[in-house]
Amino acid sequence: MDSRAHVVLDDADIGRAIRRIAHEIVERARGSESLILLGIPTRGVALAHRIADAVAAIEGTEVPVGSLDITLYRDDLRMRPARALEPTTIPAGGVDDKVVVLVDDVLFSGRTIRAALDALNDVGRPSAVQLAVLVDRGHRQLPIRPDYVGKNLPTSLTEQVRVEVAEVDGADQVTILGEPQ
Amino acid sequence: MKHLLSAADLSRDEAVLVLDTAAELAAVTDRSVKKLPTLRGRTVVNLFFEDSTRTRISFEVAAKRLSADVINFAAKGSSVSKGESLKDTALTLEAMGADAVVIRHGSSGAPHRLATAGWIGGSVVNAGDGTHEHPTQALLDAFTLRRHLREGSGDLDGLRVAIVGDILHSRVARSNVLLMRTLGAEVTLIAPPTLMPYGVESWPCSVSYDIDTVLPDVDAVMMLRVQAERMHAAYFPSTLEYSRLYGLDVARMSRLPDHAIVMHPGPMNRGMEISADVADSPRAVMVEQVANGVSVRMAVLYLLLGGMKEDI
Repeated sequence: MDSRAHVVLDDADIGRAIRRIAHEIVERARGSESLILLGIPTRGVALAHRIADAVAAIEGTEVPVGSLDITLYRDDLRMRPARALEPTTIPAGGVDDKVVVLVDDVLFSGRTIRAALDALNDVGRPSAVQLAVLVDRGHRQLPIRPDYVGKNLPTSLTEQVRVEVAEVDGADQVTILGEPQ
Repeated sequence: MKHLLSAADLSRDEAVLVLDTAAELAAVTDRSVKKLPTLRGRTVVNLFFEDSTRTRISFEVAAKRLSADVINFAAKGSSVSKGESLKDTALTLEAMGADAVVIRHGSSGAPHRLATAGWIGGSVVNAGDGTHEHPTQALLDAFTLRRHLREGSGDLDGLRVAIVGDILHSRVARSNVLLMRTLGAEVTLIAPPTLMPYGVESWPCSVSYDIDTVLPDVDAVMMLRVQAERMHAAYFPSTLEYSRLYGLDVARMSRLPDHAIVMHPGPMNRGMEISADVADSPRAVMVEQVANGVSVRMAVLYLLLGGMKEDI
């Protein structure tokens, strides 16, 4: 690992953050009946499944989980080579009149969420859309804010935040790379 | 990748990427809003010097689903019928700002000329040139095979495919042989000797003149149309004899293994290379091939036009 990298959340911290987010989601929705969790690939999907498991542990009900790929809605497509698509799976029954909670690993510029809102608009009409992120590192470029945050991490633009989840990377941790200024 | 001129341009990884992308894009067809903003502001010209129903509409639908502007150009009714050359037509399209040109032409090699002559700066997609190639048809055939026989993922390693009929005049056969080889499938070409192309023994496939001995061992059979419009000589004694020896009827279809599917790139000549009851049987996947064609062409247009201009 990079010598300048330091771990800011370990697996226990991430587990606690996910359980707290699950509680907050259930509290705000007053139950879990109309909830749908949509993860943004890749790591957001893994986090969405974990939040769903935590909600099931609290409420004893299954919350539908899906994934929403935003590649085709990005605003920077022309600045990079064409990218491979990730799966989009919308739970049976669709998103119409449901409370959709978008789940992503890091909230940074807000452009991913902007694209996700556009993508969601083409899928259906939820009654409400909320945003859950494991890490909010600031530096928003759009008027977007999260509803549920695992950890606020004030960072400098020269730093990188790396979220690893066991399903994708083999271990759970959040690290900051690069020197703070 | 900037152009798609030949099925041989695609590496195994690139071909699988096109198929994977098409699989994701196919889901858009099932939504109520069948539109993606991805190619907003891009212009795709369908430049068709030869007649086409499926391919032209398919490319048009694909481009529109990705929000590109589509200009349809048919040689009939254009200045081509006044004698305008391919070069001048191309320069006109370039001046109008085409980001991609989808070309079908009666002359083999016309798309290659268009892509390499420096007349236009955009991407060129071969939608069928003469008796040479038709790469998007091969991709949609591979996509259809993968859905039915490989559960929709990976390559076609180990699949056995028979391509039957007018191989000599078929751009579909050539593109399919090349792409199937890349993806790991084994192809057997079946046709009367007069309809086998010159030099077919150098193609990466096997050749047979007897359909009945091959059919029990294949996973899919692809019937080709007898292209009477390209035949300027007698290639077989009569259509009845051709259809008896090489046509697919119900009796012949029963020789296929139970899981095998029947494909046809269209347009079909019912009663000639394929009997009506075979064409309408549940094993025939022609309608699905057309639907898959839209997804595959969306994938090709996205991968060619969806990113930065230099690196694609």
